[in-house]
Amino acid sequence: MNAKGKYKRQDMVLAFWLILPTLLAIGITAFYPLGQTIYDSFFKWSLRPGFQRQFVGFQNYINLFKDQRFLSALWNTIYFTIFSVLIEFLLGLATALVLNADFKLRGLVRAAVLIPWAIPTAVSSQMWKWMFNDQYGVISLMLYKIGLLEAGTPILGTPRLAMAAIIAVDVWKTTPFVALLLLAGLQTIPVELYEAARIDGAGLWRQFTSITMPILRPTIGVTLIFRTLDALRVFDVVYIMTQGAVGTETLAVYNRSLLMDNIFSPRGLFGYGSALSVVIFLIIGVFTIIYMRSLNIKLD
Amino acid sequence: MRWGMKAKRTTQKTILYIIVILMVIYYIFPFYWAIKSSFTADKYLFTKEIKFWPQGFTFENYKKVFTERPFGLNILNSIIVAGATTIFSLIVGSFSAYAIARLKIPGKSALMLLILAVSMFPQVSILGGLFQLLRKMGLINTYPGLIIPYIALNLPLTTWILQNFFRELPKEIEESAYIDGCSKFETLWRIVLPLSAPGLVTTGLLAFIQAWNEFLFALTFMQTPEKYTVPVAIAMFTGKTFYEVPWGQLMAASVIVTTPLVVLVLIFQNKIVQGLTAGSVKG
Repeated sequence: MNAKGKYKRQDMVLAFWLILPTLLAIGITAFYPLGQTIYDSFFKWSLRPGFQRQFVGFQNYINLFKDQRFLSALWNTIYFTIFSVLIEFLLGLATALVLNADFKLRGLVRAAVLIPWAIPTAVSSQMWKWMFNDQYGVISLMLYKIGLLEAGTPILGTPRLAMAAIIAVDVWKTTPFVALLLLAGLQTIPVELYEAARIDGAGLWRQFTSITMPILRPTIGVTLIFRTLDALRVFDVVYIMTQGAVGTETLAVYNRSLLMDNIFSPRGLFGYGSALSVVIFLIIGVFTIIYMRSLNIKLD
Repeated sequence: MRWGMKAKRTTQKTILYIIVILMVIYYIFPFYWAIKSSFTADKYLFTKEIKFWPQGFTFENYKKVFTERPFGLNILNSIIVAGATTIFSLIVGSFSAYAIARLKIPGKSALMLLILAVSMFPQVSILGGLFQLLRKMGLINTYPGLIIPYIALNLPLTTWILQNFFRELPKEIEESAYIDGCSKFETLWRIVLPLSAPGLVTTGLLAFIQAWNEFLFALTFMQTPEKYTVPVAIAMFTGKTFYEVPWGQLMAASVIVTTPLVVLVLIFQNKIVQGLTAGSVKG
């Protein structure tokens, strides 16, 4: 009993020192700034030299929900999330099913599918921005040739079209990730199940609906929540493609602009920006709790 | 009847291959188009005809990327920042991962959840607080000002994947090392880590790619063009006037920074796939 107690104590001391650096790193650069942001959200505050903090209670939050720009950013973010996640899921599932089939050069094809995922979003956004260029962009020219678009239409400067273009880029960039997660799920399904179904005379569609989908359901759930969390935070692609113009501004883009454009604001708008940061944190928090629940992590 | 079955099989195969080809075109075309544009002379780049092959083949854009802007420096910045982030995340992350995977301590699940929770923090939600902190410490526009936050961003995934990996190592090796008089820390450093090389490679790759691609913090904390990392430099690409974007050069720059990543993906695709699936679906 005594020996066992001593052994544990040694472990505890070592564990403390091993975990300390991680806790310091996330404490200093994640939890502390979060606390600071929450604190700032209750003040009129900016980094302007000599600016006096002024406590305003929940006023920043009240103002936020009267702010038309915030409400449209909220709507744009929801719109972006629903469409991008839905399309990514359908296209990702199709890709995963194809990659799970048997054909020559499958390894190479899988690597090709991974390429968009590895390209930095900033870079892929610029690649697509060039293809969407109103005068010389290959997509604009093609859409003009098949009569879907008038010559010289600025896709990224037209409401609705601009959002559709942004969703297209996000779909291209993220579908590989979705496909890989779903593929991992597909590969856990025993081949014997399909063989048995075939002997019973079930066609491909029947096999898909009564074997593939039920087994894949947990993987699909996790993938959808994971993607939703990412889509709700979208920043890079919107910032680079349109900077939030023509009805594409999302919460993160508006938030950064509120904070960084008002950093020395004489009106103390940095505090107002912090309130939006907290609201975004809470929205993501709700989804995170759902996600963590679905993972059901137990390590003890 | 048998002939019918065979014909059906052949049609199914043909359809499959057509779908595969369309799929590959979809995923590769934008990258191909960037390559094509980067080798096209401006005279042919800005025309309204669609040519699928570079006209007036030139290396001019690649030269100009390095002579007309500090793009070489930007690449160096990214290598330093992403490299340092990877090394520190691996060291710090493997320590905590070992404690969680192998030491008998209370509250492991809570600890792991606390660390994992950070990966769900919206970056923009800590942007304001972090900016003030870095400003107070004089770290705005410096490498550490980016590396330190990146380590924190990477630790959740690093710790999670590595602790999964450590769990799968046979316990007997560690126990015999321990009996031979190695301390637990020596066991970790001399035995567990070398044995975990494959896991470290996977995690390191993911950490490197994440740090290499990060945009929001880099955009906010790096304030002069000489300090920009690659994504910021690419996003802020302008020509002699603000409205005139040198698309040929921009595509050349894009190809330069994307090619190494594509090569990494081709070489390590199995490891990356393992890491990604372990990172989000319970592995």
